Amino acid sequence: MFLINCPYCGERDQSEFVSGGEAHIARPKQPTELNDDQWAEYLFMRKNIKGIQFERWNHAHGCRKWFNVARDTSNDKIEKIYKMGEQPPKL
Amino acid sequence: MKNKYSIFSLIKNAFSNHENWQRAWRDPEPKKEYDAVIVGGGGHGLATAYYLAKKHNLRNIAVVEKGWIGGGNTGRNTTIIRSNYLWDASAGLYDHALKIWEGLSQELNYNVMFSQRGVMNLAHNLQDVRDLKRRTHANRLNGIDAVWLETDEVKKFCPIINTSQDIRYPVLGGTLQKRAGTARHDAVAWGYARGADEMGVDIIQNCEVKGIKRSGDTVEGLETTKGFIKTKKIGVVAAGHSSVIANMAGLKLPLESKPLQALVSEPVKPIIDTVVMSNAVHAYVSQSDKGELVIGAGTDSYVSYTQKGSFNIVEETLKAILELYPIFSRMKMLRQWGGIVDICPDASPIISKTSIKGLYFNCGWGTGGFKATPGSGDLFAHTIANDEPHKLNASFNINRFVSGDLVDEHGAAAVAH
Repeated sequence: MFLINCPYCGERDQSEFVSGGEAHIARPKQPTELNDDQWAEYLFMRKNIKGIQFERWNHAHGCRKWFNVARDTSNDKIEKIYKMGEQPPKL
Repeated sequence: MKNKYSIFSLIKNAFSNHENWQRAWRDPEPKKEYDAVIVGGGGHGLATAYYLAKKHNLRNIAVVEKGWIGGGNTGRNTTIIRSNYLWDASAGLYDHALKIWEGLSQELNYNVMFSQRGVMNLAHNLQDVRDLKRRTHANRLNGIDAVWLETDEVKKFCPIINTSQDIRYPVLGGTLQKRAGTARHDAVAWGYARGADEMGVDIIQNCEVKGIKRSGDTVEGLETTKGFIKTKKIGVVAAGHSSVIANMAGLKLPLESKPLQALVSEPVKPIIDTVVMSNAVHAYVSQSDKGELVIGAGTDSYVSYTQKGSFNIVEETLKAILELYPIFSRMKMLRQWGGIVDICPDASPIISKTSIKGLYFNCGWGTGGFKATPGSGDLFAHTIANDEPHKLNASFNINRFVSGDLVDEHGAAAVAH
């Protein structure tokens, strides 16, 4: 349970948001050329980091916009919030 | 040799105020080298060590645990045991475990308080009814006991359920597995620990794994807070922290670790003599032998290792509980906690070899691993000892995420787990 500072709406309770999981997993540019290992990597394999993880979040019960969050999963502390398309911050 | 627990030893020790019980397991320092090391001293890890020693005669082995044994998800679950899963592979896996549960207290000479009080799953809409009936048929084809109950039969089996058709999610029926039930979770860890220790297994607590040493694609040992331990076989049973250990070996797993919550009420007189689960409204409840209601809530939607969980998840569950059991409206909840569960994309576990020789993973049990503890240990021990899976866990290999041969138990398994 924590607060998230939506870049569009401001600080709201986490329950207003939906987690979109690990960020910066690029959609394959040439899906037809992927082999099974690459598909497994893209679809299923996750870093699942204990520590600072980069994630996508959606303000589902608010502006419904997506953005990125750098969050420490060992204590749920949010280090940085940045917009979609931006590179992950150096922390 | 350990003293046998019995009614006579209980009476004998009563005369000395229970101050002279023999120690149940030793507290050894790690040796320099073992034939195999199990990472994680929960129920699954201790069961693995127990069966490695008992069935595969591997006695020079150790279990390393970063905290105390049974202090993770083994001590944090809602102790529900059942085997009514949809798919053949899952049915085989979970019923294997259930069959071991049925004789476990005798085998371990440790009362795990296994109670076959039945588990009932409720249906609240037409799709639930179809899914649960389908699952009942699938169970029976696999030789697993399952019956469909109409609403009046649900009421008869558990009279305190509100079966009024005027509530938001009315009870339209349910399934019942009579062989299912509960067990005392701590006793499972302690019983396996005592049994493994007797066969010479070193159970090393307060020993955190810090790294996995490899030479090429073969494991050489473990870096721990108690020094380096050389071994050729490492079995990782670290539940929510499986990915953390995998990262040390340069592996990625298809897991996400999330908090799952449970809570217990103040103790009251016996009121519910079975386990009732409801997937649609995500509420399940049973009563412990102490009299506390044991209530399971859902997982948070985000990855976290905090062992806490969000309040709104508990609120949702309690809303559903109150609608289904109006009699609980004045109950006070005493304790709430979270455990970190490692969830696979197909909601089925991984009991598997890996691309690194000598490194094995038993993980991905998600929200429902407790019920499988004995079977999981037995099959993982087989996999480690033979370097090959048993036929019952062959489907639960890590390669299924590459081949696409998933065992999709989402929803189909009457989940809530």
